[in-house]
This record gives sequence, C-alpha cells and structure tokens, in this order.
Amino acid sequence: MAKEYTVGGGSFLNNLGKIYMIYTGGFFGFVALLAVLEQLGMPNRWIGYGFVFLTIAVYALIGVLSRTSEVGEYYVAGRSVPAFYNGMATGADWMSGASFVGMAGTLFLLGYDGLAFVLGWTGGYVLVAVLIAPFLRKFGAYTVPDFFAERYGGSFARLLAVIVLISCSFTYVTAQIYATGIIASRFLDIDFTVAVYVGLLGILLCSMLGGMKAVTWTQVAQYIVLIVAYLLPVVILSAKKYGIPIPQLTYGQAIQDIGNLEQNMLAKGLADAKTLKPHIKPFTTYDPLNFFALIFCLMVGTASLPHILMRYFTTPSVREARSSVAWSLLFIFLLYFTAPAYAAFSKLEVYSTVVGRELDLLRPWIFTYGKLGLVKVCGADAISHEAVKAACAKIAQHPGVVRLQDLSINTDVIVLSTPEIAGMPYVIAGLVAAGGLAAALSTADGLLLAIANALSHDIYYKMISPNASTKTRLIVARILLLVVAVIAAYTASTKPADILSMVAWAFSLAAAGIFPALALGVWWKRANTPGAVLGMILGFGVTLYYLVGTRYFAVSFYEMWSFLATAKPEAVAKFAELKAAFAAAAPEGKAAAWTALDKHAQGIASWYGVKNISAALFGLPVGFLTIILVSLMTPAPSRKVQDMVDATRRPSGELIMSEKGSGMVGGH
Amino acid sequence: MQPVNYERHWSRTSALMWIMLILWAIFSFFIHMFVDTLNSIVILGFPLGFYMAAQGSLLAFVIMLFIFAKRQDTIDRQEGVAEE
Repeated sequence: MAKEYTVGGGSFLNNLGKIYMIYTGGFFGFVALLAVLEQLGMPNRWIGYGFVFLTIAVYALIGVLSRTSEVGEYYVAGRSVPAFYNGMATGADWMSGASFVGMAGTLFLLGYDGLAFVLGWTGGYVLVAVLIAPFLRKFGAYTVPDFFAERYGGSFARLLAVIVLISCSFTYVTAQIYATGIIASRFLDIDFTVAVYVGLLGILLCSMLGGMKAVTWTQVAQYIVLIVAYLLPVVILSAKKYGIPIPQLTYGQAIQDIGNLEQNMLAKGLADAKTLKPHIKPFTTYDPLNFFALIFCLMVGTASLPHILMRYFTTPSVREARSSVAWSLLFIFLLYFTAPAYAAFSKLEVYSTVVGRELDLLRPWIFTYGKLGLVKVCGADAISHEAVKAACAKIAQHPGVVRLQDLSINTDVIVLSTPEIAGMPYVIAGLVAAGGLAAALSTADGLLLAIANALSHDIYYKMISPNASTKTRLIVARILLLVVAVIAAYTASTKPADILSMVAWAFSLAAAGIFPALALGVWWKRANTPGAVLGMILGFGVTLYYLVGTRYFAVSFYEMWSFLATAKPEAVAKFAELKAAFAAAAPEGKAAAWTALDKHAQGIASWYGVKNISAALFGLPVGFLTIILVSLMTPAPSRKVQDMVDATRRPSGELIMSEKGSGMVGGH
Repeated sequence: MQPVNYERHWSRTSALMWIMLILWAIFSFFIHMFVDTLNSIVILGFPLGFYMAAQGSLLAFVIMLFIFAKRQDTIDRQEGVAEE
C-alpha cells in the first residue's frame, strides 16, 4: 500500500526511533564528509552550498512524503505525534532564527539583565502545561480560535481571536523569513532578495502538501540539526580551553576571568565606567521593575502564542500533551542554558584579545565580520587595519589601542564567530549556518501554518462556507498558505526595519489578547461571552495603545500621560527645550528638530517607567478584571457551556469538538 | 477501575495547579529578588544569583514539569477520569 511509504503513516510511526537515529547518524556522516573534503581542499563556498542545499532538500523531501488529503492530518497531524517527538518539534517551532543567532549576543551585551529572556522564554511552559495545553487537547480544536468560538458562543469571539493571532504572528513570521534570507545570502553569497525566495521555497515545500503533519516531521528533523549545530562548537571550545567538554559547567571559570579583566580594564583606562556593564551585575540595563515585568510578559506570551499552543493538539492523548510540554521544555532548555556559555566565552575572548590590543595587531575575525557591517571600531566598519586606524585617528587623544568604548559588536556575531575565534575548520561555521537556517525555517513553518489555518479553518470554513467539502477545504487551506507566505516573504525582502523591531511586541499582544480569556475559559466556569469579548478587546486594546503610543506617537503620548511618566527633571527640561526648538525651527529645520524631539520622547514616554516591550503588564490586568467584572454583572453561561467546561477538565471521554466523518482519530 | 469522583478530581487538580504556580513564581521572580545576596556565594566560578537565572531556575522548570505530568496522571487515575 502506498500509505506504507508515507512519512507519518503507520510503519513510519512504529519506527520513529530508528528513522530519526539513522537521520541523525546520516547528518553527522555528512558533516564528517564535508570536513574531510575541506581538508582535501574543497573551497569554503562549496561547503556553504552543501549545508544550505542539502538540509533544505531533506526538509523538503520529508514535507513531500508527508503529503495528505485528510483534514485531520492536515490540521492536527492526525493526533498521532508521540510526546517525545512533539517536544522536539515544539522546540524547533519555538526557537527562532533570532534565538539561535542572537540570544547569546544579547547576553554578551546585557550580561545578567539579558537572562530575563532566558527565564521568560522557558518558564512560560509551566503555564502552558498547568493551565492550558491539556485542556485544549481535550477540547479537540483544530485551531486556538476554535476554542474561543465554542466556549464563548460564536463567531465574534472567534474573529477576535483570529485578529489577535494574526497581529502577533505576522510580524514574527516576517522576521523569520528575513533571518532565512540573511543566513542564506551570507553562506551562498547570493543577493538577499533571491535568498529570501529560496527560503520561501524551502518553507512552502515543507508545509504546503502536508500541513501540520509535514511541519511536525520536518520540525523534528530541524530540531536535530539546530541543536547539534548549537552545541558542537561550544563543546569543542570548552574541551580545548578547559579540558572538559561541558561548556555549561566550565563557563563559571570564564565568568571569574571576565570579572578580573573588567577590573583591569577600568584600572588601565581601557574602559569607562559608563560603557562597562559588569557581566554578573544585575539591573544595569533594566531596573528591577522592568526586569521582572519583561520576564512576566514573555512567560505569559509564551503560554498564549497560537503556533505553540497548536502543537499540543497533535498528541495522541491528554496525558501525552502534558508530558509533551515537559519534553518541549527540556529540548528548549538545552539551547537556552548553553547560550550564556557562548556569551561568556566570547566576552572573555574579546576582553582578553581585542580590548587593549594595538590597532595593527587586531585578529582577522574582526575584519571578517567588519566587512559585513557587524563589527565597528571607533565608529566605522572594521574593514581593514587601515580603516580602523583612520577612524581611531579622528578621535581626540586616542591611545592607539582598542578601548571597550571603541568597540561595537552586533549581537549576531557572537554565535556565528565562535568557530572562527576558536580556530575551528570552516565546516563548523557551515554547520552553524545550517543550524540557524533550521531554526528560522522551522519557526516560519509553524507561524505560517497558524496564520493560514486561522484563515482557512476559522474564517473560510467556520464563518463563510460551513458546507465546503473536505477537498475544497484543503485546496483553500493550501492557497491561503501560499498567499500568506508570499506576502510575508515580499515584506521581508523589503528589509522593513519597523516590522523587525515589532517582533518583540508579539509576546505582549498575544498575552493580553488571548491569555485571560483562555485561562479563565478553562478555570472559571462563570466567565461568559460578554466578559470574554470585552476583556479581549480592552486587554488587547490597552496593550496595542501602549505599544504604538510610546513608539510612534511618543510626543503626544508623553504630553497626555506626563503625570504617570517617571522621567527625571533633567529629561523633562530637555523635552521642553527640544519642543521649543521644534516650534522655533525654520521650515527646513523642522524635520530634524522633530526627529530629535521624538527620539527623546520615546525615551521618557511611559506609564510608571515600564518599557514598551512589557506592555502586557497593563493589558493583562485590564483583560482579567474586565472578564471577571463584566461576567459577574451579566448572566452565567448556559448549562450546556458549563457542562462543556466540565468535560474539558476531565481527560476521559470523547473530544468535545469532533470532525464529522473525516476519519479523525479521537482520544484513545 | 476506580470509582469516578469528578469533584474530588477537580479539587485535587486545582490544588496541584496552585502548588505549581507558587513554585513557578518562586523560580521566576522571588528567588531573583535576592540576586545580590546570592552572588556572594560562588560555586565553580558561578556566583549563585547569576547561576539561578542562567541555569538553576530553568532546571527547576524542567524538573517541575516532569513531576507535574506524573502527578496529574496519578490524580486522573485515582479519581477514575484517566483516558482508556
């Protein structure tokens, strides 16, 4: 039977362990082969091609072999993904290109304060496991908005959920495709726009034919590539430097050395106290309020992002949904607890071999990344020794050696440059690129599917054409996936700075728009439709208002809310000064004066000093309070809805929503 | 097959939920409020306050979730609402 040979079919599911072991072995073999070929003189460029094309080809092959014509397989992978593998798929779904490439760099720059991201992006899974995932699994929904429609009576709640879903997922997916383009263009040496469409092709081949089923099995494959690529360089580095191949243990030594070097640099005048943020010192970038607010918003956001929640629809049982969250977190943990080791090793390298070094003696990796515009010395791209010397000569009383304040390193460099810094062969750099690509592609797959499914299942099937046949539904689902993917890729190809900076908004938007109604929907039977609908609108609205207001309308936001701002008197005085300068500016100087005013206002426009990335700190309480108060003032939900909530809470029994006649496998 | 007791199932499930949320709050927020004090303890080069945010809390989350999955499953079985 043809089914025997398809990925995701019976014989495939029975041999998962064997299949992925062979795959992992094959991947190591491929890396070893390229390493040998490199020694035999294969040019670096070909190694880059090998990694990018071969890995994309394997993902695409899995995608094509998992093609399906069943609705249940397309939307929820036939609910047949074992907890362990769903954990890996969620890990890949979760860890974006930015996590892979940029996380360690953030920790490098921010030191302790950067750990807010590490904590926020892991601890949220506790909320997923305890409050949400098992109940959504029992519910039997295809999409997150399905739950809202069923629980809160109808299309309006569904529509709101779809709006929140799209607004938090679209900027996010654009950033993933952008990351794919950056990595592919760097390692294939092709134009960025072309690289974006190469990435798009990879994404579509993985997801279009098989939907969730295909995305699941490619994500498992992508997780393996990304975790090997992340761990291997730093394990080698740790073994080389400290004799123990466990970087997560040995970087304690690096932290001690960094502390000593920091003292040294200050004593020798190689760093000023203003630029130097001691690595382990807390609250140098965020004050405690913002540090904890950020952790909180990232965690609740994690528990609300639809592309993550929908992964738990695919397990065979409620029990497996729970243990699957635990596996997910374990697989995510492996990367996040390694990121601080990368940061520490790189910082040690930079502090001991770059800072204090004569400009003539700078090491070659500085220029490799300087040419890409990612490393600046004395304010200019570090292209060559001459360029660096020329730039530093312009600075008054420059001592001729690199000082900490002369150096500016893009966060992406930390992970990408580790193989070179440690003197590893180019094949390891290629491996890291393949890992970054896997991380970006897998997250893009999950997000695209979340958006396209909301459009095809929630909007088209549930709201526009409920009588559509299975065949039509799957055709519509695929067309919408293609359309969304092309729009996202086109947006990414224009390198939209605004959209890329909005990615951080996704967590606050998802948290405020989805979490209160979702959590109360399961845990508080009394929550009713008017409460949930108003709560979603107000919670999401307040968050969006805060985000947009403090970022794009900072001047008027500050003026309206100055009594809640926590700006220092000097900053307030400067605002008044800049405002007067703007009013007095001649017509040709208006734009520049406004830019200065707006930039200053962005720094002080706030409620109680909360940074805009933590906007859900306001939206969440508003959402919860609205749902509770409005629900208590209006009649309780019907008996039927309350019984449904009861059934959601019990693992046993039938799924609450079930697909009529599509061969769905129920909870067994 | 255990006798089914829906009410006791939900009250035990809720109790477990609150325990988990308290542990979550401790490892997410509470413990990091003492980062400066903890940093005076250094193990293998790691100041303890830094270590808790970089590894300790993360490890606690992972362990918590495996125990939670097992514990909730036991409750489901004992109250007769487990699957199968």
